[in-house]
Amino acid sequence: MQFDQILQYTLSGLSTGAIYALIGIGFSIIYNGTGIINFAQGEFVMLGGLLTLSCLDLLKLPLWAAIPCAVAVSTLVGALFERLAIRPLRQPTPINLVIITIGGSILIRGLAMLVWGKDTHTIPPFSGDTPIYIGGATILPQHLWIMAITLIIIVINKIYFYHTISGKAMRACSYNRRAAGLVGIDVKRMVLFSFVISSAMGAVAGIIVAPLTMTAYDVGVMLGLKGFCAAIIGGMSSGVSTVIGGLILGVLESLGAGLISSGYKDAIAFIILLLLLFIRPQGLFGKADSERV
Amino acid sequence: MKRDLLFFIAFSLLVMVAPQLFSGGYLMNVLVFVGINTMLAIALNLLLGYAGQISLGHAGFFGLGAYLSGIMTTTYSFNPWVAMPVAAIVVGCLAGLIGFPILKLKGHYLAMATLGLGIIIYIIFNETVELTGGPSGLSAIPNLKLAGIIFDSDVKNYYLIWGVTLAVMLFSLNLANSRVGRALRAVHDSEVAAQVLGVNARLLKVQIFALSAVISSLAGSLYAHTMTFISPASFGFNFSIELLTMVVIGGLGSIYGSFLGAALLTLLPEFLRGANDYDIIIYGALLMVMVMFMPGGLVRGIPALFRKIVRRKGEGGHA
Repeated sequence: MQFDQILQYTLSGLSTGAIYALIGIGFSIIYNGTGIINFAQGEFVMLGGLLTLSCLDLLKLPLWAAIPCAVAVSTLVGALFERLAIRPLRQPTPINLVIITIGGSILIRGLAMLVWGKDTHTIPPFSGDTPIYIGGATILPQHLWIMAITLIIIVINKIYFYHTISGKAMRACSYNRRAAGLVGIDVKRMVLFSFVISSAMGAVAGIIVAPLTMTAYDVGVMLGLKGFCAAIIGGMSSGVSTVIGGLILGVLESLGAGLISSGYKDAIAFIILLLLLFIRPQGLFGKADSERV
Repeated sequence: MKRDLLFFIAFSLLVMVAPQLFSGGYLMNVLVFVGINTMLAIALNLLLGYAGQISLGHAGFFGLGAYLSGIMTTTYSFNPWVAMPVAAIVVGCLAGLIGFPILKLKGHYLAMATLGLGIIIYIIFNETVELTGGPSGLSAIPNLKLAGIIFDSDVKNYYLIWGVTLAVMLFSLNLANSRVGRALRAVHDSEVAAQVLGVNARLLKVQIFALSAVISSLAGSLYAHTMTFISPASFGFNFSIELLTMVVIGGLGSIYGSFLGAALLTLLPEFLRGANDYDIIIYGALLMVMVMFMPGGLVRGIPALFRKIVRRKGEGGHA
């Protein structure tokens, strides 16, 4: 096996891994704040990409303006989803929550199909597509954008959760919702916040990956599931371990697709997911925790 | 108990005379699908409605039944009557094996794991081209034959499928009212409490998972032999969701509810011909609306709604 090839697969794996990490952190934020696995998480990734496309094509906005617009609209959808579907739920049992978020995901995907059709769309790369040579491998400028933006978001995330009042309040909710409520934290608002943050992060992930992989109404399903897989590897943490989880998944998938078979590429993530859930449901780095399963 | 039996007999009679009412034509074909989907919805309902364990990968078991039957009867020229039980046993064993680790998981985690399982099975159907024909599918699967009758028309298939469906219904109704059914409901309400009372919750969950997979596999085999053509597209993630929608809309933990949900979701697209692909929007909206406003499904929701409208207090929570 040639070193160049492995380097190439690893590099491209790292950038898809960064995307999975962003989506996975979105899953974790909602899960930690509410105990909900939001099956609609992937749809915000899809919305991010397609809304950017519409801002560019229909509103004729420049890229730097289109991206915040798209993120804002996706975030609004996320907030509406929480207010209109999750909060009014009378019997919030895990099964009902699974069903309602699946319902929401199908609805959003269906509406996207209505608006954007079934074609795949492309978004222009942020800064050209002249390949950059590293060792024997090549990467695109977009790969660098993905890495850089992911890094920035993770840093902002860290600052928010550890150095602001609202971030600390949100962490309090994830430890114990009732206790958080007793010390005066508005738990409902924090739940809404967690949906806002994770839909915004999902949208950003969808936007930065769109120039590489193209986008369509149904890209959210697979990206969402793989993001979840990253979160499981990371033990549902909203920090570094989920990022590592995403990177591991991205690299394994890329190597598997390149060296074994591209047809089974998607299966790799799910086999990892199943094995982890069977053997280490607390994540690769977590301590055993009987509550989690 | 006696009333339940009378209701079942009345329902069976209705099923048997239905072809006379809608003589022939395209509708018969749709009603065959209602039968297959009813079987699948009941299979999922035993797991989800009674035992409280979600599965988002049941289309995988359905597909395995169809493909095992299809491959055995075409490539290896087995008799379909041999292929069907063999497929069911293989799928049952597989589900039993995977059931032990997978059913240790709960709630969201179980949902994700079964979803992953379903997708892996779907990818295998697509990728093992020399065995399954890949995305273009497997054709020329033989029809079933019984005592000189070849089940090759919609009317004959109707009686074949509904015969099996009614048997599955009767079996499930009995199961639900038996000791096992009560134990399942106990596991649903509280696994710890059930275990304290002497129910082997872990084994019971695996058994019901395997049973559910066997019924799905049987439905898959029947599907393969009545359609004579199968392709992976029928067994993907979307179909698992459709099954879930049927069970939820009909009513969790109600066998007739599963029929209602299956009938509604199978007939609905026929009335929405013009909307071809957009019926998925309606599924999504239906799922959300049902969970929000009618968590008991149509079976319980409609009588409750009716009672509300006539402003009369119900005598009891019968459904």
